[in-house]
Amino acid sequence: MQQKLKVNNVVETVDVSPDTPLLWVLRDVLKLTGSKYGCGIGRCGACTVLLGGRAVRSCMTPVGDVGDDAITTIEGLSPDGLHPVQVAWEALDVPQCGYCQAGQILAATALLEKTPHPTDAEIDAAMSGNICRCGTYTRIRQAIHEAAAAGTTARAQ
Amino acid sequence: MELNRRSFLQLTALTGGGLALGLYRSPLAKGQEAPATDLKPQAFIHIAPDGIVTIMARASESGQGMRNMLPMLIAEELDVDWKDVRVQQAELNEKVYGKQSSGGSMNTPMGWEPMRRVGAAGRQLLIAAAAQSWGVAAAECSAAHGRVLHAGSGRSAGYGELAAKAAALPAPALSSVKLKDPKEYRIIGHSQKGVDTHAIVTGKAEFGIDVTLPGMLYAAIEKAPVFAGKVKTANTEEVGKLPGVRHVLVIDGGITPAAFTPWEPGMEPGIAIVADTWWQAQMARSQLKVEWDLGPAATQSSEGFRKRAAELLQAPPQNTLRQYGDVDAALKASAKVVEATYEYPFIAHVTMEPQGATAHWKDGKLEMWSTSTLPGNGRALVAKTLGIQESDITTHMVRAGGSFGRRLQNDYLVEAAWIAKRVDAPVKLLWSREDDILHDPFRPGGTVGLKGGVDAQGKLTAWRHHLVSFGDNKQMTSGGGIGRDNYPAGFPPAYGIYTSAQPLMLRTGAQRAPGDNAYCWVAQSFLDELAYAAGRDPLEFQLELLSNKQAPWSSGEKDPVGDHEPSGQDALVPERFKGVLELVAEKSGWAKRRKEPGRGMGIAAWFCHLGYFAEVADVSVNEQNQVTVNQVWAAGDVGSQIINPAAAESMGQGGIMEGLGHMAQEITLADGRIEQSNFHNFSLMRMRQVPKIEVYWRKTDYAPTGLGEPTLPPILPAVTNAIFEATGKRIRTLPLKRSGYSWA
Repeated sequence: MQQKLKVNNVVETVDVSPDTPLLWVLRDVLKLTGSKYGCGIGRCGACTVLLGGRAVRSCMTPVGDVGDDAITTIEGLSPDGLHPVQVAWEALDVPQCGYCQAGQILAATALLEKTPHPTDAEIDAAMSGNICRCGTYTRIRQAIHEAAAAGTTARAQ
Repeated sequence: MELNRRSFLQLTALTGGGLALGLYRSPLAKGQEAPATDLKPQAFIHIAPDGIVTIMARASESGQGMRNMLPMLIAEELDVDWKDVRVQQAELNEKVYGKQSSGGSMNTPMGWEPMRRVGAAGRQLLIAAAAQSWGVAAAECSAAHGRVLHAGSGRSAGYGELAAKAAALPAPALSSVKLKDPKEYRIIGHSQKGVDTHAIVTGKAEFGIDVTLPGMLYAAIEKAPVFAGKVKTANTEEVGKLPGVRHVLVIDGGITPAAFTPWEPGMEPGIAIVADTWWQAQMARSQLKVEWDLGPAATQSSEGFRKRAAELLQAPPQNTLRQYGDVDAALKASAKVVEATYEYPFIAHVTMEPQGATAHWKDGKLEMWSTSTLPGNGRALVAKTLGIQESDITTHMVRAGGSFGRRLQNDYLVEAAWIAKRVDAPVKLLWSREDDILHDPFRPGGTVGLKGGVDAQGKLTAWRHHLVSFGDNKQMTSGGGIGRDNYPAGFPPAYGIYTSAQPLMLRTGAQRAPGDNAYCWVAQSFLDELAYAAGRDPLEFQLELLSNKQAPWSSGEKDPVGDHEPSGQDALVPERFKGVLELVAEKSGWAKRRKEPGRGMGIAAWFCHLGYFAEVADVSVNEQNQVTVNQVWAAGDVGSQIINPAAAESMGQGGIMEGLGHMAQEITLADGRIEQSNFHNFSLMRMRQVPKIEVYWRKTDYAPTGLGEPTLPPILPAVTNAIFEATGKRIRTLPLKRSGYSWA
C-alpha cells in the first residue's frame, strides 16, 4: 500500500504493508539506518524517533498509524549535528559502542522540549526506557544537564 | 587459546614480527586509495600532501575505544597533532597489521610497544628524508607538530612535503627506533574524543546492522527451541510464496550434542528465510510450521543441573587443580571454620546490536562485513564451513554495537556466509533479540563449595574451594574452567582447589572478564565471611593476608582448564593488589564509614586480565529487601599510563554498571528450552538505578594493560558484602531474587 511519510522535513512515498513497523520502513526502505533495532517490543528504546515531537518506539509503531505527523530521526535532528543535545553528547564523549545513543539523544530531546531544566528524578523518569548496555548513563545524565544549560544560554542571547 | 597468559606472550612476539614486516610491505589494500605521495611502505601511516595523516586502526571496535587508543600510540611517537589525524579502520589482514582481535583486554598490552614503535619509525623516516634534502645530519634534526626542523639553519618542512621522499627510504627495524620519554607525551595521557563520536550522535556511524549494498537481500533464521535441534519437516514451499520471500533454505547444521560443547561447535540447524526486507523475512518466519527433532539437549533443565551439582558437591571432587599444606588438618585445628555454598546462574551477553553479518558471494569469492572481535578465526571458520580458501575471502571490519565477549565467537558470520553462497545477491543476516538470547553462548553457571578456617588470632588458616561446573571428564566448558592459582591461592597456609563437572549440551563462551566475573564474587564474598567470623575488619583482614604469602606461585605448569579461561593468577603482584585496596579505602572513607540499619558499605578487589581493581559500594536496603546502590568508588592499577583518560573513566563506569546488571540476570532452562527471551525477562540496569561512580587510578611502574575487563568483577562482592553490612544477610545465591532481594 502506498503511503506518504513526512520524514526529516521530506515527504517520502513508501509502498509497504501498513502493519510494517515504522522502524523497518525507516531502515530498510528509506535507508535511514540511524534508528536502531534492539528488542522489537518497546523495552530498550534503541529505535526511538520523534513523532510530532513526542518520543515513540518506532519498532512498535505500525507505519499505517503514523498519519500526517512529522517524523524526526537522528539524521534529521539538526542539519549540521549542532542540536544542543548532540553538542553536549559530543563534548562529553558519551558513547561507548554508540548503538543506543540515537535513541537516547531523541528521548533526551523530547524530555528537554517539555521540561527545559529537568531534575535528576525527571531524567530518571524520562530516560529509564532507554537501555545503554555499555553503561554510559552517568555521562548521558551529565549531557542532558549540559544541554539544558546550553539551551538557556541560547535563549538568553 | 587466545587469552591465557602464555599465549599472550607468544602472540606479543608474533605481533612484533608481523608489524615489522608490515612496515616494509606495500600497505594499500583494495579501497584504500591514497594520494601518490603517501608513505607507502607504512602499513599504518598515510600522509597526504596537505599534512593530514591517516592512521590505520587495526583492531575491531565494539565500544572500548580501540579506534582511538591504538592510533593515539602511533600519533604520539610520530609527532603529529591529533587534530591532523584521521583514523581509518583496517580490513582484516593480519600479515600486514598483526593481531586484529579485541579480547581479553589485550589490545593495550599487545599494542603499547609495537604501535608506538610504528609511529617512531615513521618519524625517523620523515626526519631522514628532510636531512637528505637539506644535506645535514639526521641527528641535527627534530620533529614536532607534523614538521621536521633543523635548528642550526632554521629550516623546516611539513610531513606532507616530506612524505613522498620518506616513502622511498628503507624503513628502520622497529626494535631500533628510539621512543619518547613519557614526560614529553602530548597525546597519550590526554583525553581524545572518540573518532566516531560525531558520526554516532548524527546517526551516520555504520554498525554491522547498517551495512547496505546494492541489490541486497535480508535474512532471518528460525532455529529449534532446543540447542542443535534438527528440522524434520517444514512447510518451506508454502512459506516461500509469501510476500517478498526469495529463498527458504534448510540448514542441516553440524553439531552433535555431547557432554562437552566446544568453543565453535559448528552450525546450528534451522531454516533461513531470505526476503526483500528483513521484516518480510520475519513475517514469513512466523508462518513456518516446523516439526523438530529436538535431540538429547531437550532433557536438560536448570532444576536438573541444580540437583546434579548438589550431588557432585557432596562427592569427592573429580579433579584436584592444586593443593598445598594439609587443608583438612588445618581446618580441624582452626578456632573457627566457615562452610558455605555459592551459586551463580547462566547469563547471556545481550549486546545492544543483536548478532548478524553481511556477506556477498560472487565469482567464487566471498566478501564479508563483520563485527567479529576475533575476525581471523571468523574467516578461518567460514573457509572451513564453505570449503573455500581463506585467500578468497575479504573481511571488512565494521563497528559493533557492543560485544562483551559475544563477538569472539563467529557463528552468525558463518551463517551469513553460508546463506550468501546459496543466493545470487549480497545478503544481510540479522538475528532478532529473541534469537540473540536463545542462541547466546552463555556464561555458564556454577556452584562452589567452600570451607575456610581462622585461628585464635583471627588469621586465615585454610581455604578449600570446590567448583562444580560443566563439561566432560577432560575439559570444562568455555567460560566454566578455573585457574589453579585462583585467588587467594598462595596466601593462606593451606589451600586446595578442586573441580567437578556435569554434562552441558549448550553453547557457552567468554563474557566480559570470563570466569572472573563469577569467581571474584565467590572468593571475595567468602573472604568477607571469614573476616567477620574472625571479628576483623574485612579490609584489614585482606591486607594482612596479602602481606603474608605462604606458598609460591606455581607458574610454569599448564593450567588444567579449557580454552578462554581466566588468566594471569600466577602473576599476581601482592603490592599492587594491596595498593588498589588502600586507595579505594582512602577515597571511600572506609575507616570512618557510618554503620546504620539498612545501610552498609562493602569492599572487594580482584586481579584479572593483568589489571587490579578494588571497589567499595555504599548500598541501602529497604523493608521490601529492595537494594539501592548509592555510590561506588573504584581504584584501578593498570600500570604506568592511562592512555585516554576520559575513555578509561567511562570504561570503569561501564564495567561497574555491567557487573550490577549481572546481579539481577539469569538464564534458566526447562525441557532444554531457554526460559528468557527479551528485555522483559532478562533485565539490564536502567537510568534510575545508576549510582554515582568515582574512578581513581594508582599509577605503578608496570607496562600499561587493558581496561575492558578488570573493572567489572569486584563490584558484585562489593555490593553483596555491603548488603551483609546493611542487613546481616549473606547473599550466596545470584541473581539477587533467588536470595530474596531485588534492585529498587
